[in-house]
Amino acid sequence: MLKDLIGKASIKVKNTVERGAVKKFAEAIGDMHPIYIDEETGKRSRYQVNIAPPTYPRVFDYGHIDGLKLPNKGLIHGEEAYHYERPLLVGEDVYCYTKITDYYEKNGAHGEMGFLVLENNGEDRNGRTIFTSKSVVIITEAVRRLLKL
Amino acid sequence: MTKMAEMIVGHALEDIQLRPVTRIDLIKYAGASGDFNPIHTIDEEAKKAGLPGIIAHGMWTMGNLAKLFTPYYEEGFIQDYSIRFRGMVFLGDVITLKAELKERVENRMSFEVQAINQEGGPVLKGKVVYPLYKPAVKQT
Repeated sequence: MLKDLIGKASIKVKNTVERGAVKKFAEAIGDMHPIYIDEETGKRSRYQVNIAPPTYPRVFDYGHIDGLKLPNKGLIHGEEAYHYERPLLVGEDVYCYTKITDYYEKNGAHGEMGFLVLENNGEDRNGRTIFTSKSVVIITEAVRRLLKL
Repeated sequence: MTKMAEMIVGHALEDIQLRPVTRIDLIKYAGASGDFNPIHTIDEEAKKAGLPGIIAHGMWTMGNLAKLFTPYYEEGFIQDYSIRFRGMVFLGDVITLKAELKERVENRMSFEVQAINQEGGPVLKGKVVYPLYKPAVKQT
């Protein structure tokens, strides 16, 4: 039961905001701005280094929550919300973990659907929050049947 | 480019219209983000999922939308960026990105953002909160 997993979190994983990965990501979203990729622009900016795009945390590894097995297919991404204390800096280490904050079911056009709310977190080496993000993932009835939820 | 500090409620950032969505765009995003859900890249998988064809990752569109704000990086930063995914984006769709200033409390700017397709239908909608670093030019 997904409901039983509410409150469960993964163990923090150390990630690095890698220059090459940021460049690849910026290219993939069509935002090759020098603040993301040009070292000189980064140095001259108020951050004194390049920064990463706001949706870059998609790239990070947040670790694994015991008991949570979601398929690669059949999920619908309903909502996404980021909150930043400051932009992510290229080259810095970010300690990431994920937590299940809610799960509920609703009747919709496609039968009874499950709504899983995940909160992703990224902290600096001193444990200070850099960003949090909330994702709402919709699990369709077909997938719920498959997973025997 | 106008300074963000000079914007008043009702002003909008300049729209950006994307080129028609291609499969390569989505393959690149899958590789860069690590999201390999096959409904975004492989036709048969999309059809098996009941879709007429592959659809863009919602996060691809959300990632694209943020570039409306990138040129202002010296003035402030995206503090909050929240989106509801409203419609699917198919190959060949032409997406337009929009941001309108809805509220301003001193240096805290709140924008309504959206991405619409060539039929004017919203594919995503949400909000960006963009605080400015420096004291802003006095509003008149």
